[in-house]
Amino acid sequence: MGEEKEDKSKALEKLVKSEEAEEILQMVNRGIVFTKEILGENERLRFRVIQLQEENNELLRQAERGKLRRRLEEELIRLEEEKQRLLEEYKRVEEQNREYAMRYVEVEEENNNLANLYVCSYQLHSTLEFKEVVQIIMEIIINLIGAEEFGIYLLDEKGRLLVPVAMEGKDLSSAPSFGLGEGTIGRCAQTGENYYAQDIEGTQQERPFEEPLVAIPLKIKEQVIGVIVLYKLLPQKTQFANVDYELFTLLAGHAATAIFSSRLYTEAQRKLNTIKGFMELLTH
Amino acid sequence: MVKILVVEDSPTMRQLISFALKRLREAEITEAGDGVEGLKKLNADTFDLIITDINMPVMDGLKLISLVRRDVKYRNTPIMIITTEGGAEDRERALALGANAYITKPIQAGNVLDVAKSLLGLP
Repeated sequence: MGEEKEDKSKALEKLVKSEEAEEILQMVNRGIVFTKEILGENERLRFRVIQLQEENNELLRQAERGKLRRRLEEELIRLEEEKQRLLEEYKRVEEQNREYAMRYVEVEEENNNLANLYVCSYQLHSTLEFKEVVQIIMEIIINLIGAEEFGIYLLDEKGRLLVPVAMEGKDLSSAPSFGLGEGTIGRCAQTGENYYAQDIEGTQQERPFEEPLVAIPLKIKEQVIGVIVLYKLLPQKTQFANVDYELFTLLAGHAATAIFSSRLYTEAQRKLNTIKGFMELLTH
Repeated sequence: MVKILVVEDSPTMRQLISFALKRLREAEITEAGDGVEGLKKLNADTFDLIITDINMPVMDGLKLISLVRRDVKYRNTPIMIITTEGGAEDRERALALGANAYITKPIQAGNVLDVAKSLLGLP
Protein backbone atom coordinates (compact mmCIF):
# COMPACT_ATOMS: atom_id res chain seq x y z
CA MET A 1 0.00 0.00 0.00
CA GLY A 2 2.71 2.41 0.93
CA GLU A 3 4.60 1.76 -2.15
CA GLU A 4 1.54 2.30 -4.32
CA LYS A 5 0.85 5.80 -2.78
CA GLU A 6 4.41 6.78 -3.29
CA ASP A 7 4.20 5.81 -6.92
CA LYS A 8 1.08 7.92 -7.46
CA SER A 9 2.57 11.04 -5.93
CA LYS A 10 5.66 10.64 -7.98
CA ALA A 11 3.49 10.34 -11.07
CA LEU A 12 1.54 13.42 -10.10
CA GLU A 13 4.62 15.33 -9.48
CA LYS A 14 5.77 14.39 -12.89
CA LEU A 15 2.51 15.50 -14.35
CA VAL A 16 2.60 18.87 -12.61
CA LYS A 17 5.91 19.51 -13.82
CA SER A 18 5.00 18.58 -17.30
CA GLU A 19 4.31 21.19 -20.05
CA GLU A 20 0.70 20.26 -20.32
CA ALA A 21 0.14 21.31 -16.83
CA GLU A 22 1.73 24.60 -17.60
CA GLU A 23 -0.54 25.16 -20.56
CA ILE A 24 -3.59 24.31 -18.49
CA LEU A 25 -2.50 26.75 -15.87
CA GLN A 26 -2.04 29.46 -18.48
CA MET A 27 -5.44 28.73 -19.90
CA VAL A 28 -6.99 28.98 -16.43
CA ASN A 29 -5.18 32.32 -15.88
CA ARG A 30 -6.40 33.69 -19.23
CA GLY A 31 -9.87 32.50 -18.28
CA ILE A 32 -9.58 34.47 -15.04
CA VAL A 33 -8.38 37.59 -16.89
CA PHE A 34 -11.10 37.22 -19.53
CA THR A 35 -13.74 36.78 -16.88
CA LYS A 36 -12.48 39.94 -15.13
CA GLU A 37 -12.58 41.82 -18.42
CA ILE A 38 -16.12 40.59 -19.07
CA LEU A 39 -17.15 41.64 -15.58
CA GLY A 40 -15.53 45.08 -16.15
CA GLU A 41 -17.23 45.40 -19.53
CA ASN A 42 -20.50 44.37 -17.93
CA GLU A 43 -20.05 47.03 -15.26
CA ARG A 44 -19.28 49.66 -17.90
CA LEU A 45 -22.27 48.63 -19.99
CA ARG A 46 -24.57 48.77 -16.98
CA PHE A 47 -23.27 52.25 -16.26
CA ARG A 48 -23.83 53.14 -19.89
CA VAL A 49 -27.37 51.77 -19.75
CA ILE A 50 -28.08 53.96 -16.72
CA GLN A 51 -26.58 56.95 -18.57
CA LEU A 52 -28.70 56.22 -21.62
CA GLN A 53 -31.79 55.84 -19.47
CA GLU A 54 -31.08 59.22 -17.89
CA GLU A 55 -30.48 60.74 -21.33
CA ASN A 56 -33.67 59.15 -22.52
CA ASN A 57 -35.54 60.54 -19.53
CA GLU A 58 -34.03 63.96 -20.19
CA LEU A 59 -35.07 63.76 -23.84
CA LEU A 60 -38.56 62.75 -22.77
CA ARG A 61 -38.67 65.66 -20.36
CA GLN A 62 -37.48 67.98 -23.10
CA ALA A 63 -40.13 66.62 -25.41
CA GLU A 64 -42.70 67.19 -22.71
CA ARG A 65 -41.39 70.70 -22.21
CA GLY A 66 -41.55 71.26 -25.97
CA LYS A 67 -45.14 70.10 -26.01
CA LEU A 68 -45.90 72.32 -23.04
CA ARG A 69 -44.18 75.22 -24.71
CA ARG A 70 -46.11 74.63 -27.90
CA ARG A 71 -49.31 74.46 -25.89
CA LEU A 72 -48.37 77.64 -24.06
CA GLU A 73 -47.52 79.32 -27.34
CA GLU A 74 -50.84 78.25 -28.77
CA GLU A 75 -52.56 79.48 -25.62
CA LEU A 76 -50.66 82.74 -25.91
CA ILE A 77 -51.79 83.16 -29.51
CA ARG A 78 -55.36 82.36 -28.48
CA LEU A 79 -55.19 84.85 -25.63
CA GLU A 80 -53.64 87.43 -27.92
CA GLU A 81 -56.52 86.95 -30.36
CA GLU A 82 -58.99 87.10 -27.47
CA LYS A 83 -57.35 90.30 -26.26
CA GLN A 84 -57.54 91.74 -29.77
CA ARG A 85 -61.18 90.74 -30.03
CA LEU A 86 -61.93 92.28 -26.64
CA LEU A 87 -60.09 95.46 -27.59
CA GLU A 88 -62.11 95.71 -30.76
CA GLU A 89 -65.28 95.01 -28.77
CA TYR A 90 -64.24 97.68 -26.26
CA LYS A 91 -63.63 100.15 -29.08
CA ARG A 92 -66.99 99.28 -30.58
CA VAL A 93 -68.76 99.71 -27.23
CA GLU A 94 -66.87 102.93 -26.61
CA GLU A 95 -67.90 104.20 -30.02
CA GLN A 96 -71.45 103.14 -29.29
CA ASN A 97 -71.30 104.93 -25.94
CA ARG A 98 -70.04 108.08 -27.63
CA GLU A 99 -72.82 107.78 -30.16
CA TYR A 100 -75.39 107.28 -27.39
CA ALA A 101 -73.98 110.25 -25.47
CA MET A 102 -74.23 112.39 -28.60
CA ARG A 103 -77.73 111.09 -29.26
CA TYR A 104 -78.62 111.85 -25.65
CA VAL A 105 -77.38 115.42 -26.02
CA GLU A 106 -79.31 115.76 -29.28
CA VAL A 107 -82.46 114.29 -27.74
CA GLU A 108 -82.04 116.53 -24.71
CA GLU A 109 -81.61 119.57 -26.97
CA GLU A 110 -84.61 118.51 -29.02
CA ASN A 111 -86.55 118.00 -25.80
CA ASN A 112 -85.65 121.52 -24.66
CA ASN A 113 -86.64 122.93 -28.02
CA LEU A 114 -89.92 121.05 -27.99
CA ALA A 115 -90.62 122.31 -24.46
CA ASN A 116 -90.09 125.89 -25.65
CA LEU A 117 -92.21 125.35 -28.76
CA TYR A 118 -94.95 123.57 -26.81
CA VAL A 119 -95.17 126.35 -24.23
CA CYS A 120 -95.20 129.02 -26.94
CA SER A 121 -97.90 127.26 -28.89
CA TYR A 122 -99.93 126.62 -25.73
CA GLN A 123 -99.67 130.23 -24.60
CA LEU A 124 -100.40 131.71 -28.02
CA HIS A 125 -103.68 129.84 -28.22
CA SER A 126 -104.61 130.24 -24.56
CA THR A 127 -106.63 133.42 -25.10
CA LEU A 128 -108.81 135.19 -27.66
CA GLU A 129 -108.13 138.67 -26.29
CA PHE A 130 -106.09 140.62 -28.81
CA LYS A 131 -104.11 142.53 -26.17
CA GLU A 132 -103.27 139.32 -24.33
CA VAL A 133 -102.14 137.62 -27.54
CA VAL A 134 -99.85 140.55 -28.30
CA GLN A 135 -98.54 140.43 -24.72
CA ILE A 136 -97.81 136.72 -25.04
CA ILE A 137 -95.93 137.28 -28.31
CA MET A 138 -93.88 139.97 -26.58
CA GLU A 139 -93.12 137.63 -23.67
CA ILE A 140 -92.02 134.88 -26.01
CA ILE A 141 -89.70 137.24 -27.87
CA ILE A 142 -88.15 138.58 -24.64
CA ASN A 143 -87.95 135.38 -22.64
CA LEU A 144 -87.38 132.68 -25.21
CA ILE A 145 -85.65 134.46 -28.08
CA GLY A 146 -83.83 137.00 -25.92
CA ALA A 147 -84.60 140.25 -27.73
CA GLU A 148 -84.27 143.60 -25.99
CA GLU A 149 -85.74 145.88 -28.67
CA PHE A 150 -88.44 144.65 -31.00
CA GLY A 151 -91.92 145.37 -32.28
CA ILE A 152 -95.01 143.97 -33.95
CA TYR A 153 -96.40 145.50 -37.14
CA LEU A 154 -99.79 144.50 -38.51
CA LEU A 155 -101.26 145.20 -41.93
CA ASP A 156 -104.20 147.57 -41.90
CA GLU A 157 -107.65 146.54 -43.11
CA LYS A 158 -106.82 147.45 -46.69
CA GLY A 159 -103.65 145.38 -46.48
CA ARG A 160 -101.43 148.16 -47.76
CA LEU A 161 -99.85 149.63 -44.67
CA LEU A 162 -97.89 147.99 -41.85
CA VAL A 163 -98.86 149.72 -38.62
CA PRO A 164 -96.86 149.25 -35.38
CA VAL A 165 -99.12 147.82 -32.66
CA ALA A 166 -96.54 146.99 -29.98
CA MET A 167 -92.97 147.99 -29.28
CA GLU A 168 -90.51 146.91 -26.57
CA GLY A 169 -87.36 148.91 -25.83
CA LYS A 170 -88.35 151.51 -28.41
CA ASP A 171 -90.98 154.25 -28.37
CA LEU A 172 -94.18 153.00 -30.01
CA SER A 173 -95.45 156.50 -30.71
CA SER A 174 -92.36 157.34 -32.76
CA ALA A 175 -92.41 154.07 -34.72
CA PRO A 176 -93.28 154.73 -38.37
CA SER A 177 -95.70 152.74 -40.53
CA PHE A 178 -94.37 151.07 -43.66
CA GLY A 179 -96.12 150.60 -46.96
CA LEU A 180 -96.25 147.10 -48.44
CA GLY A 181 -92.91 146.62 -50.22
CA GLU A 182 -91.39 149.67 -48.56
CA GLY A 183 -87.98 149.10 -47.04
CA THR A 184 -86.85 145.88 -45.38
CA ILE A 185 -90.02 145.49 -43.30
CA GLY A 186 -92.37 146.28 -46.18
CA ARG A 187 -90.52 143.86 -48.48
CA CYS A 188 -90.68 141.15 -45.82
CA ALA A 189 -94.47 141.54 -45.68
CA GLN A 190 -94.71 141.60 -49.48
CA THR A 191 -92.53 138.55 -50.16
CA GLY A 192 -93.50 136.58 -47.05
CA GLU A 193 -89.86 135.67 -46.50
CA ASN A 194 -87.88 135.95 -43.28
CA TYR A 195 -85.18 138.63 -43.21
CA TYR A 196 -81.93 138.29 -41.25
CA ALA A 197 -79.33 141.07 -41.22
CA GLN A 198 -75.94 140.05 -42.63
CA ASP A 199 -73.95 140.84 -39.51
CA ILE A 200 -75.25 139.13 -36.41
CA GLU A 201 -72.19 140.68 -34.71
CA GLY A 202 -74.05 143.94 -34.58
CA THR A 203 -76.80 142.67 -32.32
CA GLN A 204 -75.93 145.23 -29.64
CA GLN A 205 -75.87 148.30 -31.80
CA GLU A 206 -78.80 150.69 -31.92
CA ARG A 207 -80.79 150.29 -35.10
CA PRO A 208 -83.29 152.68 -36.63
CA PHE A 209 -86.85 151.46 -37.17
CA GLU A 210 -86.30 150.81 -40.86
CA GLU A 211 -83.16 148.70 -40.37
CA PRO A 212 -84.13 145.66 -38.33
CA LEU A 213 -81.90 142.80 -37.28
CA VAL A 214 -84.60 140.27 -38.06
CA ALA A 215 -88.02 140.52 -39.69
CA ILE A 216 -90.45 137.61 -39.53
CA PRO A 217 -93.66 137.78 -41.55
CA LEU A 218 -96.80 136.64 -39.71
CA LYS A 219 -98.51 134.33 -42.18
CA ILE A 220 -101.72 132.35 -42.37
CA LYS A 221 -100.88 129.94 -45.16
CA GLU A 222 -99.51 132.38 -47.74
CA GLN A 223 -101.40 135.45 -46.55
CA VAL A 224 -99.20 137.87 -44.59
CA ILE A 225 -101.02 139.74 -41.83
CA GLY A 226 -98.05 141.47 -40.21
CA VAL A 227 -94.37 141.37 -39.33
CA ILE A 228 -92.44 140.76 -36.11
CA VAL A 229 -89.34 142.95 -36.12
CA LEU A 230 -86.26 142.50 -33.90
CA TYR A 231 -83.86 145.42 -33.50
CA LYS A 232 -81.57 144.41 -30.68
CA LEU A 233 -80.84 141.30 -28.65
CA LEU A 234 -80.12 141.05 -24.91
CA PRO A 235 -76.40 141.56 -24.09
CA GLN A 236 -76.01 137.89 -23.12
CA LYS A 237 -77.60 136.74 -26.38
CA THR A 238 -74.70 136.80 -28.83
CA GLN A 239 -76.07 134.61 -31.59
CA PHE A 240 -79.15 132.71 -32.71
CA ALA A 241 -79.52 129.04 -31.86
CA ASN A 242 -81.39 126.45 -33.90
CA VAL A 243 -84.36 126.73 -31.57
CA ASP A 244 -84.61 130.45 -32.35
CA TYR A 245 -85.22 129.71 -36.02
CA GLU A 246 -87.80 127.10 -34.96
CA LEU A 247 -89.42 129.74 -32.76
CA PHE A 248 -89.43 132.21 -35.66
CA THR A 249 -91.19 129.60 -37.80
CA LEU A 250 -93.65 128.87 -34.99
CA LEU A 251 -94.32 132.55 -34.43
CA ALA A 252 -94.78 133.13 -38.15
CA GLY A 253 -97.67 130.65 -38.19
CA HIS A 254 -99.11 130.38 -34.70
CA ALA A 255 -98.79 134.04 -33.73
CA ALA A 256 -100.49 134.97 -36.99
CA THR A 257 -103.47 132.67 -36.41
CA ALA A 258 -103.66 133.75 -32.75
CA ILE A 259 -103.71 137.43 -33.76
CA PHE A 260 -106.17 136.78 -36.57
CA SER A 261 -108.51 134.76 -34.32
CA SER A 262 -108.37 137.32 -31.52
CA ARG A 263 -109.11 140.13 -33.97
CA LEU A 264 -112.09 138.20 -35.34
CA TYR A 265 -113.25 137.45 -31.82
CA THR A 266 -112.88 141.07 -30.75
CA GLU A 267 -114.73 142.20 -33.84
CA ALA A 268 -117.47 139.62 -33.26
CA GLN A 269 -117.74 140.67 -29.63
CA ARG A 270 -117.98 144.31 -30.64
CA LYS A 271 -120.71 143.53 -33.17
CA LEU A 272 -122.51 141.34 -30.67
CA ASN A 273 -122.43 144.13 -28.12
CA THR A 274 -123.74 146.57 -30.73
CA ILE A 275 -126.58 144.19 -31.64
CA LYS A 276 -127.32 143.58 -27.97
CA GLY A 277 -127.44 147.33 -27.35
CA PHE A 278 -129.65 147.80 -30.36
CA MET A 279 -131.97 145.00 -29.22
CA GLU A 280 -132.16 146.52 -25.76
CA LEU A 281 -133.10 149.85 -27.31
CA LEU A 282 -135.85 148.16 -29.33
CA THR A 283 -137.26 146.18 -26.39
CA HIS A 284 -137.32 149.06 -23.91
CA MET B 1 -91.10 115.01 -2.34
CA VAL B 2 -89.52 118.43 -3.00
CA LYS B 3 -91.56 121.61 -2.99
CA ILE B 4 -90.60 124.35 -5.39
CA LEU B 5 -91.98 127.85 -5.63
CA VAL B 6 -91.77 129.65 -9.00
CA VAL B 7 -92.23 133.41 -8.78
CA GLU B 8 -92.52 134.93 -12.25
CA ASP B 9 -94.87 137.51 -13.74
CA SER B 10 -94.81 136.03 -17.25
CA PRO B 11 -97.26 133.10 -17.61
CA THR B 12 -95.17 131.82 -20.52
CA MET B 13 -92.06 131.65 -18.37
CA ARG B 14 -93.94 130.17 -15.42
CA GLN B 15 -95.26 127.42 -17.64
CA LEU B 16 -91.86 126.76 -19.21
CA ILE B 17 -90.11 126.59 -15.81
CA SER B 18 -92.82 124.35 -14.37
CA PHE B 19 -92.68 122.20 -17.49
CA ALA B 20 -88.91 121.79 -17.04
CA LEU B 21 -89.23 120.97 -13.34
CA LYS B 22 -91.87 118.31 -13.97
CA ARG B 23 -89.02 116.04 -14.97
CA LEU B 24 -87.93 115.98 -11.33
CA ARG B 25 -89.42 112.95 -9.65
CA GLU B 26 -91.93 113.79 -6.97
CA ALA B 27 -91.72 117.56 -7.24
CA GLU B 28 -94.61 119.77 -6.21
CA ILE B 29 -94.50 123.07 -8.05
CA THR B 30 -96.33 126.17 -6.85
CA GLU B 31 -96.56 129.32 -8.97
CA ALA B 32 -96.80 132.99 -8.02
CA GLY B 33 -97.16 136.01 -10.30
CA ASP B 34 -95.16 138.54 -8.24
CA GLY B 35 -93.10 138.98 -5.07
CA VAL B 36 -96.05 139.66 -2.77
CA GLU B 37 -97.95 136.59 -3.93
CA GLY B 38 -94.71 134.62 -3.63
CA LEU B 39 -94.18 135.81 -0.07
CA LYS B 40 -97.71 134.79 0.89
CA LYS B 41 -97.17 131.31 -0.48
CA LEU B 42 -93.79 131.06 1.25
CA ASN B 43 -95.43 131.89 4.59
CA ALA B 44 -98.29 129.46 4.03
CA ASP B 45 -96.05 126.49 3.25
CA THR B 46 -92.41 125.37 3.38
CA PHE B 47 -90.47 125.13 0.15
CA ASP B 48 -87.18 123.39 -0.70
CA LEU B 49 -86.30 125.66 -3.62
CA ILE B 50 -87.34 129.15 -4.66
CA ILE B 51 -87.08 130.27 -8.29
CA THR B 52 -87.73 133.93 -8.95
CA ASP B 53 -87.52 136.57 -11.65
CA ILE B 54 -86.09 140.00 -10.79
CA ASN B 55 -88.26 142.40 -12.76
CA MET B 56 -91.81 141.91 -11.55
CA PRO B 57 -94.70 144.21 -10.68
CA VAL B 58 -95.77 144.90 -7.05
CA MET B 59 -92.58 143.46 -5.53
CA ASP B 60 -89.42 142.61 -7.45
CA GLY B 61 -87.27 139.52 -7.00
CA LEU B 62 -84.43 141.26 -5.12
CA LYS B 63 -86.81 142.60 -2.49
CA LEU B 64 -88.35 139.15 -2.21
CA ILE B 65 -84.92 137.55 -1.66
CA SER B 66 -83.96 140.05 1.05
CA LEU B 67 -87.24 139.36 2.89
CA VAL B 68 -86.96 135.61 2.46
CA ARG B 69 -83.43 135.56 3.91
CA ARG B 70 -84.65 137.34 7.06
CA ASP B 71 -87.00 134.44 7.72
CA VAL B 72 -85.27 131.72 9.78
CA LYS B 73 -87.29 129.08 7.94
CA TYR B 74 -85.71 130.07 4.60
CA ARG B 75 -82.24 131.14 5.74
CA ASN B 76 -80.61 128.18 3.97
CA THR B 77 -83.19 127.44 1.27
CA PRO B 78 -81.60 127.60 -2.20
CA ILE B 79 -82.78 130.47 -4.40
CA MET B 80 -82.42 130.51 -8.18
CA ILE B 81 -82.85 133.71 -10.16
CA ILE B 82 -84.00 133.67 -13.78
CA THR B 83 -83.82 137.12 -15.34
CA THR B 84 -83.17 139.15 -18.46
CA GLU B 85 -80.64 141.25 -16.49
CA GLY B 86 -77.32 139.89 -17.66
CA GLY B 87 -75.03 142.53 -16.17
CA ALA B 88 -72.30 141.61 -13.70
CA GLU B 89 -73.57 144.18 -11.18
CA ASP B 90 -77.06 142.68 -11.15
CA ARG B 91 -75.62 139.23 -10.67
CA GLU B 92 -73.33 140.32 -7.82
CA ARG B 93 -76.16 142.19 -6.11
CA ALA B 94 -78.49 139.20 -6.30
CA LEU B 95 -75.82 136.81 -5.02
CA ALA B 96 -74.92 139.22 -2.22
CA LEU B 97 -78.57 139.30 -1.14
CA GLY B 98 -78.57 135.53 -0.83
CA ALA B 99 -79.33 134.03 -4.24
CA ASN B 100 -77.54 130.75 -4.93
CA ALA B 101 -77.81 130.60 -8.73
CA TYR B 102 -78.28 133.23 -11.41
CA ILE B 103 -79.57 132.28 -14.87
CA THR B 104 -80.13 134.79 -17.64
CA LYS B 105 -82.90 134.64 -20.24
CA PRO B 106 -83.46 133.25 -22.79
CA ILE B 107 -83.50 129.96 -20.95
CA GLN B 108 -83.37 126.33 -21.92
CA ALA B 109 -85.63 123.98 -19.95
CA GLY B 110 -82.76 121.52 -19.51
CA ASN B 111 -80.51 124.18 -18.01
CA VAL B 112 -83.14 125.17 -15.43
CA LEU B 113 -83.60 121.50 -14.54
CA ASP B 114 -79.84 120.92 -14.14
CA VAL B 115 -79.40 123.95 -11.86
CA ALA B 116 -82.47 122.98 -9.82
CA LYS B 117 -81.11 119.45 -9.35
CA SER B 118 -77.75 120.83 -8.32
CA LEU B 119 -79.29 123.21 -5.77
CA LEU B 120 -81.49 120.45 -4.36
CA GLY B 121 -78.54 118.04 -4.24
CA LEU B 122 -80.34 115.58 -6.51
CA PRO B 123 -78.47 113.20 -8.85
